[in-house]
Amino acid sequence: MTTTPHPKATPHPQAARRSVAPPTGVSVMETVGLNVYYGGFHAVHDVDLGFERNEITALIGPSGCGKSTVLRCLNRMNDLIPAARVKGQVKYHGQDVYAASVDPIEVRRRIGMVFQKPNPFPKSIYDNVAYGPRVIGMKVPDMDDHVEQCLRRAALWDEVKDKLKESGYSLSGGQQQRLCIARAIATQPDVILMDEPCSALDPIATGAIEDLMIQLREEYTIIIVTHNMQQAARVSDRTAFFTARPDETTGNRTGLLVEYGLTSQIFENPSDQRTEDYISGRFG
Amino acid sequence: MTLLDRKGPPTTGRPPSTRDLLTRGDIRRTVTDRVMTGVITGAFLVALVPLVSVSWTVLSNGIGRLSPYFFSVSMRGVFGGMDAGGIYHAILGTVLITAVATLISVPVGLMAAIYLVEYGRGPLARAVTFFVDVMTGIPSIVAGLFAYALFAAIFGPGVRFGVVGSVALSVLMIPVVVRSSEEMLRLVPNELREAAYALGVPKWLTIVKVVLRTAVAGIGTGIMLAVARVIGETAPLLITVGVIDSINRNVFEGRMMTLPVYVFRQYSQGLVPCAPDAVDCIATVNFDRAWAAALTLILIVMLLNLLARLISRYFAPKAGR
Repeated sequence: MTTTPHPKATPHPQAARRSVAPPTGVSVMETVGLNVYYGGFHAVHDVDLGFERNEITALIGPSGCGKSTVLRCLNRMNDLIPAARVKGQVKYHGQDVYAASVDPIEVRRRIGMVFQKPNPFPKSIYDNVAYGPRVIGMKVPDMDDHVEQCLRRAALWDEVKDKLKESGYSLSGGQQQRLCIARAIATQPDVILMDEPCSALDPIATGAIEDLMIQLREEYTIIIVTHNMQQAARVSDRTAFFTARPDETTGNRTGLLVEYGLTSQIFENPSDQRTEDYISGRFG
Repeated sequence: MTLLDRKGPPTTGRPPSTRDLLTRGDIRRTVTDRVMTGVITGAFLVALVPLVSVSWTVLSNGIGRLSPYFFSVSMRGVFGGMDAGGIYHAILGTVLITAVATLISVPVGLMAAIYLVEYGRGPLARAVTFFVDVMTGIPSIVAGLFAYALFAAIFGPGVRFGVVGSVALSVLMIPVVVRSSEEMLRLVPNELREAAYALGVPKWLTIVKVVLRTAVAGIGTGIMLAVARVIGETAPLLITVGVIDSINRNVFEGRMMTLPVYVFRQYSQGLVPCAPDAVDCIATVNFDRAWAAALTLILIVMLLNLLARLISRYFAPKAGR
């Protein structure tokens, strides 16, 4: 696997987690001139972003601004949509994941994903976590131990340790989402993408997931799409603000990146008027 | 007035109380409700009449002749109005020929369904869907002639053995399997596929381990219904497998008897002209055997349905506690 422990780009004590250093130029992931089209529809226009190790980057913006599309480009999930086309580069440790020789399966093994709706497999809790390592043939000396570790790191172990053989569907929504996170980290990815992971959850479950994200940041690079600006402000180190611009001729809305920076700067001192309007709730 | 008053205020006297407004029902709506309830219940009872009637007729006419003896012997050496003969050879033929038909149809039908749901795009997928629809409407006699013509082209005219019948049945069965499996595969939530892909699972493993595993109960039920659909086919088997009185266990050689053909054969032989003083002669024995065989066929189909339910209960992903 690829999780060779990189030296952290910046020292990152929990207490001073807002004091993030500027990008060091060794981003884990990077998009360069990323454009996405669905058929003839230009969905995302020229996005340049860098995602740093051991940080949480939030992508925010109004509906239809392309933030989920950008996220799904990062591990080539957009390949599954037949009409989707990508231009530009998505670099993972400097390698373009859209290069001709790259196998999307290998990309997704290193860049895991958690979805908006909790989607556990219709299997037992144990099998949900063990499924990924088993199917991709990961060498795990002791699967029971591995499952326990993943569930512990997903802060779910204490709630499910006595019912590992029960169906994943028997859990509540928040627990299911943490199960999905445990499943995602079971294959030991490098980067975890989260597509509005809390939008189907109540505030308490959301709080649990947010705490979990902050813990997971110690080991992973996390990129999250959220509609909830408070959530972005609470958990993220960097924030990218997207908006949609209507095309003059067709009226189709193309998403574009407005501003990207430290979360504190975006929320307290945005440099773009549109960001300020959105943050202060004047549109979107 | 309040919003509750939809019939307008009374012309005289004091305005109605809220209680009046809430309790005084809308007569027209009440009548419509009663009438429609009556019509729907009536339609249900009418639909039930033939079902009950058929069940009763077959049961009352067929039960008399059912016995362990009847299940365990063939018709070999039975003639006239003899109180003898059974359906062992027909049960055997039906089970073997249907089993081979299932063995042919399930892989073909299931893989076609997987192609349509998971891979199919563009003109080829549309063509497959179109021809599956057309195949659904093929008359069974045409399927029988097709299978006969196919094997006659290889083995020469007059060819009759079990597999020919199985091929004829699978022509009828494949579209049913494709359709039901396709429905079941489409019911598998796309989120599950995405979850597997996001773990870096290749597409074929996702289909085998997630999609099929999730849909297996529904697919099993669909296959059982397809079997039930073809197990009672008579015409194609009459052409392709023929008629025989003795036991044949080999589906690759020689004619075989099947239950529906047995029923047809016995019934068409009609009443036996018994001599007035004959002791061991039952005039209606052919009819009795036909009814008993029909009852057996119904029992087999019921058994298959029961089996399908057990399978789906056993394999269904456990939802909730």
